[in-house]
Amino acid sequence: MILDVQGATKRFGGLLAVDSASFTVAEASITGLIGPNGAGKTTLFAMIAGFETPSAGRVFFAGRDVTGRTAHLLARDGLARTFQIVQPFAGLSVRENIAVGAFLRHPRRADALAAADAVALRLGLGPMLDSQASSLTVAGRKRLELARALATEPRLILLDEVLAGLNPSEIRDIIPVIRGIRDGGVTVLMIEHVMQAVMNLCETVHVLAQGRIIAAGTPAEVVRDPAVIEAYLGPGAAQKLAAQKLAAQKLAAHG
Amino acid sequence: MKAILIFAAVAALLPVFVTANTVLNFAVFTLIVALAAQGWNILGGFGGQYSFGHAAFFGIGAYAVAILQMRYGVNPYAAFAAGIALGGIVGAAIGAMTFRAGLRGSYFALVTLAFAEVFRVLANSLAFTGGAAGLLIPLDVRPENFQFASRAGFYWIGLGLVVLVLLLSLWLSRSRLGAHLVAVRENEAAARALGVDIFAVKLQAIALSGAITAAAGGFYAQYFLYIDSSIAYGTWISVEALLAPIIGGAGTVFGPVMGAILLHALGEATRHLFGRIPGVDLMLFGAVLILVVRYPPRNLWRRA
Repeated sequence: MILDVQGATKRFGGLLAVDSASFTVAEASITGLIGPNGAGKTTLFAMIAGFETPSAGRVFFAGRDVTGRTAHLLARDGLARTFQIVQPFAGLSVRENIAVGAFLRHPRRADALAAADAVALRLGLGPMLDSQASSLTVAGRKRLELARALATEPRLILLDEVLAGLNPSEIRDIIPVIRGIRDGGVTVLMIEHVMQAVMNLCETVHVLAQGRIIAAGTPAEVVRDPAVIEAYLGPGAAQKLAAQKLAAQKLAAHG
Repeated sequence: MKAILIFAAVAALLPVFVTANTVLNFAVFTLIVALAAQGWNILGGFGGQYSFGHAAFFGIGAYAVAILQMRYGVNPYAAFAAGIALGGIVGAAIGAMTFRAGLRGSYFALVTLAFAEVFRVLANSLAFTGGAAGLLIPLDVRPENFQFASRAGFYWIGLGLVVLVLLLSLWLSRSRLGAHLVAVRENEAAARALGVDIFAVKLQAIALSGAITAAAGGFYAQYFLYIDSSIAYGTWISVEALLAPIIGGAGTVFGPVMGAILLHALGEATRHLFGRIPGVDLMLFGAVLILVVRYPPRNLWRRA
């Protein structure tokens, strides 16, 4: 297990954002974290990546207890993240943006720039290397976000909705890129709403609803799980769906 | 690199062609402001941490040079070096307090302003710093005493300091620290996610920044041989140190120097055109600032 989250809890005043969530991520896997809006996924990510300190619970990364360890140290340990709302260094070029990440392992400028170029090529940002980051399209910025995180040469990368806001063809283009990251030896944990991508990419999916992990399994398993259906569609939804299905079958049989 | 060497060579020739004291005096003063502005630019331009109180560092350098010479008989060059080191230390101390507390933006600006004011009030009231009367460094014109008969001597040393910091800024802009500083300026959360220790980066920047601006203050004291609290810790230098880089291009290698030259040339020109109407040059500075903020000249000499 490269990541082991045990009872992670985050309280903001009276609001319980994450309620003792426990799950693990296997090394070299693509693992998904899904759940309805407001479930606490991003807060859970923030706790894992060192941007928020858990109110309770522990986080183990590569066998070490990293609970409360701050973000830049975790990045040095090999845990990278992207942001749901992309955060490019707007005044810098694409190459300079990626180089900030590459400088983590390559103190010399020439090495960092070479590493940045290599990552950019892998992610299809080659032609844009000299453009200003602020001039990129949404899809380009998402790729830049990925490239910068990858340039830190992580062991585990947390992707927070990298597909949100992309059109279907852009999503189709980026799915192999994510698979390529994993095939390059980097474990991927992704928050994602685009189910087509989750079904396509993830081996294991954890479902978070109202701060709690309510289900886990393969993507096919969790989408059939009544608890998951109710979390998305409201209480009684699973029963209603089952009844509708039954009615349709009866109708077909009689018809 | 080439641009810096050309600038150094051309500027070094000035005293060869011009011997008028008024011109050289103007040039030395411009170099002092340029140096202070270069210091501000490290923290404010590259790092995006806008200080409104760089007078704090200017004053430390100025008072260190005066006090160490007058009260402790320290060699002026050594006193100058000590002033630079003190500027760095005070910078680190102010940085440790403010950045540890997470102060940013206008809060950081106000706290730096407060530090400069506290120093000014202290220097104005303590006997150790000469109180309101200030400090007059005894005239003793010998090169080994950091005093020159000709203003050209001061001019070349001032130019040497400015060129040195130009080279330092160029190195910074290509270094890991420089990349981290710019990342902190652009987006702190993203920088942290990429392994940037934003506290350490800001601390290094403010120490370097404080040391450079203290050098400007120390040089000022040695050139004019007189300082008091409202010169050394006055708002004027805080304002000029930030105005010059913003006008010339904050976060660029040449910006602070170009800005300082432009500001002072404009100031002189208006004084010649309009005579001594008090504040007319400041009105012009204001107009230039508005123009520059509206149309940032950032890309003019960005890649120096």
